[in-house]
Amino acid sequence: MKGIKKNFLITVLLLLAAVTLYLFYNMGSNWEFALRLRGVKVAAIIVVSCCVAYSSVAFQTLTNNRILTPSIMGFESVYLLIQTLIVFMYGDLTFQVLSGWGNFLLSVLGMIGFAFLLYILIYKKGKDNLYLLLLVGIILGTLFNSLSSFMQLLIDPSDYFIVQGKMFATFNKINRDLLWPSAGVLVILLVVGFRTTKYLDVLALGRDQAINLGLNYNRAVQLFLVIIAILVSVSTALVGPITFLGLLVTNLTYELFKTHRHDVIIAACCLVTAVTLLSGQFVMERLFHLSIPVSAIINLVGGLYFMFLLLRVRKL
Amino acid sequence: MIEVKDISKHYGRKVVLDGVDLQFPIGKITSLIGSNGAGKSTLLSIVSRLLAQDGGVVMVDGKNVTDYKNKVLAQRLSILKQSNHVRLKLTVRELVSFGRFPYSQDKLTDEDNEKVDRAIHFLDLEDIKDAYIDELSGGQKQRAYMAMVVAQDTDYVLLDEPLNNLDMKHSVQTMKTLRRLADEWKKTIIIVLHDINFASHYSDYIVALKDGKVKYCDTTDNIINEKVLEDVFDIKISVTEFNSKKVCNYFM
Repeated sequence: MKGIKKNFLITVLLLLAAVTLYLFYNMGSNWEFALRLRGVKVAAIIVVSCCVAYSSVAFQTLTNNRILTPSIMGFESVYLLIQTLIVFMYGDLTFQVLSGWGNFLLSVLGMIGFAFLLYILIYKKGKDNLYLLLLVGIILGTLFNSLSSFMQLLIDPSDYFIVQGKMFATFNKINRDLLWPSAGVLVILLVVGFRTTKYLDVLALGRDQAINLGLNYNRAVQLFLVIIAILVSVSTALVGPITFLGLLVTNLTYELFKTHRHDVIIAACCLVTAVTLLSGQFVMERLFHLSIPVSAIINLVGGLYFMFLLLRVRKL
Repeated sequence: MIEVKDISKHYGRKVVLDGVDLQFPIGKITSLIGSNGAGKSTLLSIVSRLLAQDGGVVMVDGKNVTDYKNKVLAQRLSILKQSNHVRLKLTVRELVSFGRFPYSQDKLTDEDNEKVDRAIHFLDLEDIKDAYIDELSGGQKQRAYMAMVVAQDTDYVLLDEPLNNLDMKHSVQTMKTLRRLADEWKKTIIIVLHDINFASHYSDYIVALKDGKVKYCDTTDNIINEKVLEDVFDIKISVTEFNSKKVCNYFM
């Protein structure tokens, strides 16, 4: 417990350092403008970090698998399909047809609707099998990806750039009108999520033990699946596909914080994610001068770390 | 008392349980025996609500299991299955504390802590109570999980093949613990066993299942009988007495 407290403190300090560095590094003459611009990005990064952290940890606990992230359910495929479809239909008129809000709502509703449809199909049939849910999610995700690729081949190359811009997570063009309302929704959900972490502790013991200890297993799983679906949908619609990050940060957190308590793990994971994203964003802006997307840096580091995990750890 | 009435279960066309009626006596150890696929584990899973039956009811203290609140039932009845390979960073004491979840969730009271300590003492886990469970041997892990069930302090304790993967010493130890739970703590214990000698030595009653039906249900003394056992297992078994306990030899 002592080591955990120490690591927690270090992570908090790291986050403060990262925020300070990001906000105040090389501000230039118009500091007020720079600060406002960067402040929005920092806020977005912190909100998205908490979503990624909570949804990834909860998802890994439900599936009892540390190499999965909610992206396996096909959320991001749905998002890309919607983006591609819009561009496919309207071409370069996209921005006139759909406002930021319109696209945002369409994407969120599309993803949440997809997730709920999946849940209802599987739970209404009386098959309380989480793995079946994942399998159907993977297959539909692949289908949607293929559909997107097909349409991307057909559209005008210049229109394709619009789609391409949506394929990677970015904090550079956060729509401030969207940020605050969605942050409100996410914060409410996170509060609910944090109040129910004790159920995650029990779910981590496995289905049989959870039932033995008096948990309504199916209802608990459904509750967390719904929370995960909304968190992932809103954060993806806000900044783009970001859940790959979950793999890196959760495993980093498990390594640093050896406890079974989800309130500690998830809080720590929020910090770790925010530090990772902020440093990624900082490196991207200062070192690469915005020439590559932040997800490229994170995916590179995450991919390398993933391979390292596979090679080093025998049991994942 | 736990009572099952006309329980049936099938997977697709295959009938696993077919009209099972049973009553389990209070404060005694009842063993479920039978060949593989006879339906023992399925029956235990249904009684403990891990599995839904296709027909029939399970009554606990005269009330249908489905009418209980999950939390209340978890204070009356506990189940320990065999597939307990979690890789959590969880100490033995933390695991045992989960046994109090049905009562206090994660906010343990003094009474809860006392019961947890008592369970740890009962299973002789004091030396390793701060060890992580993923670093324990199979026998120690089994004891840790038993301690959790003891801390849960339910009138009814159901165990699915608790002797699987245990060596002789730990098997005997486990059965002796269960015996003490029944004799000293007045717990009603239902247990699925494969080795009939363990059933013969440590249980009060034996239920023999065959092809999804209750074939015999009687006191241990009446079941451990060459004719009965041959009928249940379809192999030749000779029963001899040794120190006034019956021993079955089936290596023939």
